[in-house]
Amino acid sequence: MNNGIWTIAKKELRRFFGDRRMLLTTLLLPGLTIYIMYSFMGMALENSFSVDEDQSFSISAVNLPDSAQMLLSGISAAVTEVDAGQLEEAKTAVSEQQCDLLLCFPEQFDALVEAYSQASGSSAPNIEIYYNSASTTSATAYSTVTGLLSDYEEQLVNKFNINDQISGDLATEEETSGSFFAMMMPMLLMIFLFSGSMATATESIAGEKERGTIATMLVTPVRRSDIAFGKIIALSITALLSGLSSAIGTILSFPKLMNTDDIDIAVSYTAFDYLLLGLIILSTVLILVAAISIISAFAKSIKEAQTLVLPLMIAVMALGITAMFGGGAKTELFYYLIPLYNSVQCMVGIFSYEIYPVYFAVTIIVNLCCTLLGALVLAKMFNSEKIIFSK
Amino acid sequence: MKAILEAQKLTKSFPLSARQKKLEKTTDKRKIAVKDLSFTAYEGEIFGLLGPNGAGKTTTLRMLATLINPDSGDAFIDGVSIISNPALARSKIGFLTSEMKLEDFFTPSDLFDFFSDLYKVDDETREDRKKEMFTRFGIQEFADTKVANLSTGMKQKVSLVISLVNDPEIIIFDEPTNGLDVLTAKTVTDFLLELKARGKTILLSTHIFSLAEKLCDRVGVIIDGKMIRCDTLEELKKGRSLEDCFFDLYDEISGERK
Repeated sequence: MNNGIWTIAKKELRRFFGDRRMLLTTLLLPGLTIYIMYSFMGMALENSFSVDEDQSFSISAVNLPDSAQMLLSGISAAVTEVDAGQLEEAKTAVSEQQCDLLLCFPEQFDALVEAYSQASGSSAPNIEIYYNSASTTSATAYSTVTGLLSDYEEQLVNKFNINDQISGDLATEEETSGSFFAMMMPMLLMIFLFSGSMATATESIAGEKERGTIATMLVTPVRRSDIAFGKIIALSITALLSGLSSAIGTILSFPKLMNTDDIDIAVSYTAFDYLLLGLIILSTVLILVAAISIISAFAKSIKEAQTLVLPLMIAVMALGITAMFGGGAKTELFYYLIPLYNSVQCMVGIFSYEIYPVYFAVTIIVNLCCTLLGALVLAKMFNSEKIIFSK
Repeated sequence: MKAILEAQKLTKSFPLSARQKKLEKTTDKRKIAVKDLSFTAYEGEIFGLLGPNGAGKTTTLRMLATLINPDSGDAFIDGVSIISNPALARSKIGFLTSEMKLEDFFTPSDLFDFFSDLYKVDDETREDRKKEMFTRFGIQEFADTKVANLSTGMKQKVSLVISLVNDPEIIIFDEPTNGLDVLTAKTVTDFLLELKARGKTILLSTHIFSLAEKLCDRVGVIIDGKMIRCDTLEELKKGRSLEDCFFDLYDEISGERK
């Protein structure tokens, strides 16, 4: 590597690895925060959808038929029958959370159901169920009882089954997990790479400008392009590490988030897939760092740089989200000529085992060309008095 | 004497914003900061650019340090054009201005090593030079303390030493004693005289008459971006104080402007 580039990169890396606060905020915190946040989200989702086996509901019922009595005997519930005349009092008890659920069946419900014919065109017998959504127990009781009644209704009208006792999905387990990762991972990776790049690039470029330290470097014989390349290389390394921290946090928290132990990325992909993914990530980080550095060079302070970078962040997130709706990797060359979008498409291809070697190569070349161009623009900006001395 | 720094008709203007136009009460789109400025500094002398604030001294020094490009004109540093070969021109100078800050995170020793690498100073020379300079300015005591924890005077000493890592033949100082306490200011002025005694050429800008009188062999008076007079200190003063001489020139120019 050119001596000037290496000297600048070495200084940037020393600055990064020697600053405990920066290490904490860019390497440790992203992964830790994501792990804790996703784990809590998973636990919260599990709690809201699972039913405590020991949970008991208090249910009031008007005109409780034998069929419903049998269904309710299958769950832990204290069922109290009330007269139709006490309906309003029973409703008040539910609204005041003294009772979890109120079921109002029409008189002679079982007979009405048996006599009912869809062909008659008349309304089917209706069950009124009152619950209080502000109470978790009441809401759970509602979903449990509604589920029981729906199953009972399906049994009554059952004419045919679909895929009863068999699995119709002929995709392999690998393909299923691949399509899941192809939807999720490009977006997450793009966000992680961007946030990692933003944390360090704005500090290094706009921060140096704000503190007046960049001018000290500019009066040395080192070429502006060496400063630009040196910074981009060092910042890409730190951004990759920050992105890696976020990725580790996400991977570790996935089983907790999805409430399963089955997600195992390692078994699905080969070392070659990881190599391709690594190269795509590297070329993406280079281009992101170059873009953020250029924006930061325009800014007068770190704060302003972070504000100016926001539209790019939204654009990158939007590009990542396209992976969720695209229906697999694009097959037209044109898409791989668009920087960053080509990275997303390549990630989709790698995760869904559909990577096209030519498009992969085009993506790498396009991203490297854009990085080179970005570094030259940055070098030009370092030469501009308007930019360096703007106050 | 060998001419080591030649400025030839340097001109620099800056665009004026609407706010600046209002403040300056002008309709001009650009403000001329330096106009056709020419002067020569010879080997082993201290050349002073003397002028009031806003006269164009800092702009001139920035052009010579290749931080900004002149609109027209050129300057040659030891025969190297600042326009056609700015990187080589930069390698021949040491430049110090109060605007140029040091990174708080690093120690003086780290910074000396970093800037030595940028100037491609070999390891042995770097260590010898560091030892000599740090001892000369009493930096050894805080060589391994982060810049963030140093006083303004200490930082200024470190900046001075950093600007000389390449042992340049030409040293350009913008207001060298600005913001310094009297003790540090004396250390700096004594050092400038020592550098001159070692045959170095020093170009400094100042608005402090006593400093110019104490240090300079020749002085260029800049007012409104133009070189009004450029002569030896004795010729300029002609028995008067430099301050009186300057105000006579200033009044003369003001009269012409009216």
